[in-house]
This record gives sequence, C-alpha cells and structure tokens, in this order.
Amino acid sequence: MKRLLNMFWTFFKIGAFTFGGGYAMIPLIEAEVVSKKHWLSKEDFLDIIVISQTFPGALAVNSSIFIGYRIGGLLGAIIGLLGVVLPSFFIILLIAVFFMKFRDYYYVDLIFKGISAAVPMLILIAVVSLSKSLKKSYVNIIIILVSMASILFLNIHPVIVILSSALYGVIFLGKKVK
Amino acid sequence: MSILIKIFISFFKIGAFSFGGGYAMLPLIQREIVSNHNWITYKEFIDIIGISQMTPGPIAINSATFVGFKVSGVFGSIAGTLGVISFSFILVSIANHYIVKFKESYIMKAALAGMRPALIGLIISVFLSLGRESYKDIKSVVIGIIILGLLLTNKLHPILIIIISGILGITFYALIPM
Repeated sequence: MKRLLNMFWTFFKIGAFTFGGGYAMIPLIEAEVVSKKHWLSKEDFLDIIVISQTFPGALAVNSSIFIGYRIGGLLGAIIGLLGVVLPSFFIILLIAVFFMKFRDYYYVDLIFKGISAAVPMLILIAVVSLSKSLKKSYVNIIIILVSMASILFLNIHPVIVILSSALYGVIFLGKKVK
Repeated sequence: MSILIKIFISFFKIGAFSFGGGYAMLPLIQREIVSNHNWITYKEFIDIIGISQMTPGPIAINSATFVGFKVSGVFGSIAGTLGVISFSFILVSIANHYIVKFKESYIMKAALAGMRPALIGLIISVFLSLGRESYKDIKSVVIGIIILGLLLTNKLHPILIIIISGILGITFYALIPM
C-alpha cells in the first residue's frame, strides 16, 4: 500500500509539473521510475514508451497505466492513471470556472487576441517538425494532400481518414518496416 | 440521450482514434466538439489550445475537462475526462499481457507508417481553419509573423511564447491606434 501511495505521488508530480505534453514527460518519468525508485529496468521502461507511442491516446496516460500495472497490478494501473490525470483536471477546472467570468474583460480579451494569433503558428511549427521525420516521397506528399482535401473539401470524418491511412500502411508498407 | 453520455462518447472517440498524441488530437476534437456538436466555438477552441500550452498535462485531458465543464459543469468535465482515458485503459490492460508481441508487431508499425503522412495532412487542415479564424485583421497577422519568427529562430519554451503573444496582444490592440 505504501508503495502504491508513493507511486501516486510520483505520477502526481509528473502530471503537475510537465508542461508541453507527452515528450517532455519521458525524461521525468524515467528519472523517477527507473533511476530513483528502481521500479522498472531501463529496457522495460523503453519498451513501455515505444508501445505507448504506437497506441492512440496521450503518451503520459498510456505509459502511466502500463507502469502502474507493472508496479501494482490493476489497482496500480488505476492509481498511476489518477496520479497523472488529476493535476491537469483540477488546474483546468479552476481555470474554466474563473475563465468564463473574466474572458470578456477588456484586457483579458486583448491578451487572448494575441494568444489566438500565436496558436496557429505553434501548430504550423508542429507540422514542420513532424514533417522532418517523414521520408520525402511523392506517395507521402499525395497522402498529405488527400487527407487535407478530405477534411477541408469533402467533410470526411478524421477517423475515416486515419483508419484508411492505417489500412494503406498495413497493405502496402508491411514489407518495408519488417 | 443524456448530455453526459454524449460528452463521454465524443471524448471516447477522440481518445480511441488520436494516434501520435498532442496536436494530432486537434483534428478529432475540432470535428467532434466544434463542428458536430457546436459545444464550443472556434474562438473558444483556440483559447483552449492556448491555455493548454500554459498548463501542465496532455492537451487531450485539458480539452476534455474544459469542454465538459463548459457544456455540463463539474459532472461534464468528469464525463469528458473519463471518456478520453477509457480507451487507453482498456487497450493497455489487454496489451500488458502481450507486451512482447506488441513490440514486435510489424502490422502496428506498418499501420503507423501509413498514418504518419495522413496525420500531417489532418494537422495542416486544423492550421488552415484556425488561421482563417485567427487572422482577421492586420494586427493579428503581424503578431502571427512575429511569433513565427521567434519560433523559427529561437527554441523558446511554449509558455514563454504564450506570454509574449499575450503582451503583443495588449501592445498592438490597446496601445497602437489604427
């Protein structure tokens, strides 16, 4: 039980102090879970991260459930997950309560006008860095254009686009990754 | 159908189909929450992305909590957050028993190879629709260009980018007459 509480606290800290999402969390989780607490070997940890990345959902969520299972079975998984989720949950809840009261104040609105001009650029930069890891081929460029067009012009649900591209990968790219 | 169940189902879909984490969730959130259900406006969607940059934790949890609260108060935020983590929990619980198989699964790798360019296309479509919403006047375009310049030349932390853009918002809209 003490170990589970300890684990909850560890994941709570990770959830409360990592800004910038999943990838920023990996070194922190490793430092706590592998180097400091020795709950997992480094190889185990890397396996968990690799699999968590291939699964849908947030990396932090997936890996906290995996690590929780390793340390304390089903109960451990639930506790690990709660630890990583609760800080954002309470912080956002707090912001949501106040935000709705103050959002239309003159200066708050101006601040958010500035932020709203920055957000698309943050997304654009994410596109640039994701594209760097992609092979420059005609096929990839065509897939990018087709998936864009199916959202913007054909109004197809993103789930359909994701599933068809996964199917394409399984049928045509199986040999390449083997 | 109760609104809480609707919130749960929408975020369950988002959790189940968002591969690649972080910004890769935005196309699904946009479709489910903004266009399909009209639970939040584009302006609020951009606000949430901005807030997520300043707060710890995964953007999926942040948006689930925020949108849930906006639609149906504290119970709504619980429904949204539970929805977005449920699929991860089920999938990891299954995978935990077969971790070696998953690691060597070339089907998974092939599917991801196919999805990668499609995800980039989907994120570009989010960039375009948010850009259309954000850049409606000259001042916002100028702020966007300044932020893009900063992002390309410096490795600034996302929090710093948000703070700078807030200051630029006040500077341009309150102090510079036009």
